Amino acid sequence: MISRIDAIKIIADHVDDDELVISTTGMISREFFVTQDRPGNFYMLGSMGLASSFGLGLALLNPNQRVVVIEGDGSTLMSMGTLALIASEAPPNFLHIILDNESYESTGAQPSITGQIDLAEIAASCGYRHAERVEGAEQLARALTNGEGNHGPRLILAKVGIAPVKNISRVTHTPVEIRDQFHGAVAQNMA
Amino acid sequence: MTAIEPSAFWEFVKSRGITFVSGVPDSTFKKTYDHMVDDPEIRYVPAVREDVALGIASAAYFQGEVGAVIMQNSGIGNVVNPLTSFSLMYHVPVLLIVGWRGYGGPPNDAPEHWVMGTKSTEILETLELPFEILETEGFEDCIDRLLATMNEKSVPGALLIRPGVVL
Repeated sequence: MISRIDAIKIIADHVDDDELVISTTGMISREFFVTQDRPGNFYMLGSMGLASSFGLGLALLNPNQRVVVIEGDGSTLMSMGTLALIASEAPPNFLHIILDNESYESTGAQPSITGQIDLAEIAASCGYRHAERVEGAEQLARALTNGEGNHGPRLILAKVGIAPVKNISRVTHTPVEIRDQFHGAVAQNMA
Repeated sequence: MTAIEPSAFWEFVKSRGITFVSGVPDSTFKKTYDHMVDDPEIRYVPAVREDVALGIASAAYFQGEVGAVIMQNSGIGNVVNPLTSFSLMYHVPVLLIVGWRGYGGPPNDAPEHWVMGTKSTEILETLELPFEILETEGFEDCIDRLLATMNEKSVPGALLIRPGVVL
């Protein structure tokens, strides 16, 4: 099974310069930060479960901009109602990626419940335009290539392994630096 | 005391550049809520929870605007975490328009509102979140005072609406 940071590297390869990326709290933001730090990344350092709703707001306000939300199974479960809301608002420029390792790895790999339930099926039944479950690097890359262009809301559920990266850096930008860099990236796209 | 008309309330809020709103309804501001939903100049996203509404509305800041969350005060509990680990940490302002159920405590309103009805302002004070209690007289100044403080500190602020102040 692909490790989460390898999945993040594949995702980073499929993100265009002008796209906005929201990453959830914990290791996913840290792994995205060490893989591809850029002004258009918003590292959601806290507020587990909020990345998807913040991304939804951005997608609605920037219809010509693709918004990519990257979160884990735990944060998706924490705000599962947001899946229904994203489907209901249906922004075509919304790409939702769930890196599902069936655990709360950031806090010590305690098990979650996604071994028994399929978040892609839930997104599909909510009404996402596309929702698919992928395993392995090739399937993920293919899903990301298919997901280019604004034909969302699209959800990719990538099954990943529990593979902590040793001595990984925290996000070294301050919260206000993250905010201001991201603000600059949004403004540049609007101009 | 004549309640503030929905049109007067929203025309003033819009005049301050607030047109992106998300939230959860409350009976305290029933007509005011309905008016907002029907206003073509307001983009409203009906959220599933108040924390979700806060996440959505906060996106307006990155367009150079201020978003708003409309909610009942029972939802204050649902926004404490995003306020502390998102709004106050990143300094992203958002206007919270809050229906004040259980105002004055028992026997007012229903039992489920008694505790939050008496604790709402204490929670906001603990979080050092600016707030104003909306009055019918001079409501424009009340909103402007709150927006000025929010802008100065770059933090969210709460506009508390007691029953009968708006329709």
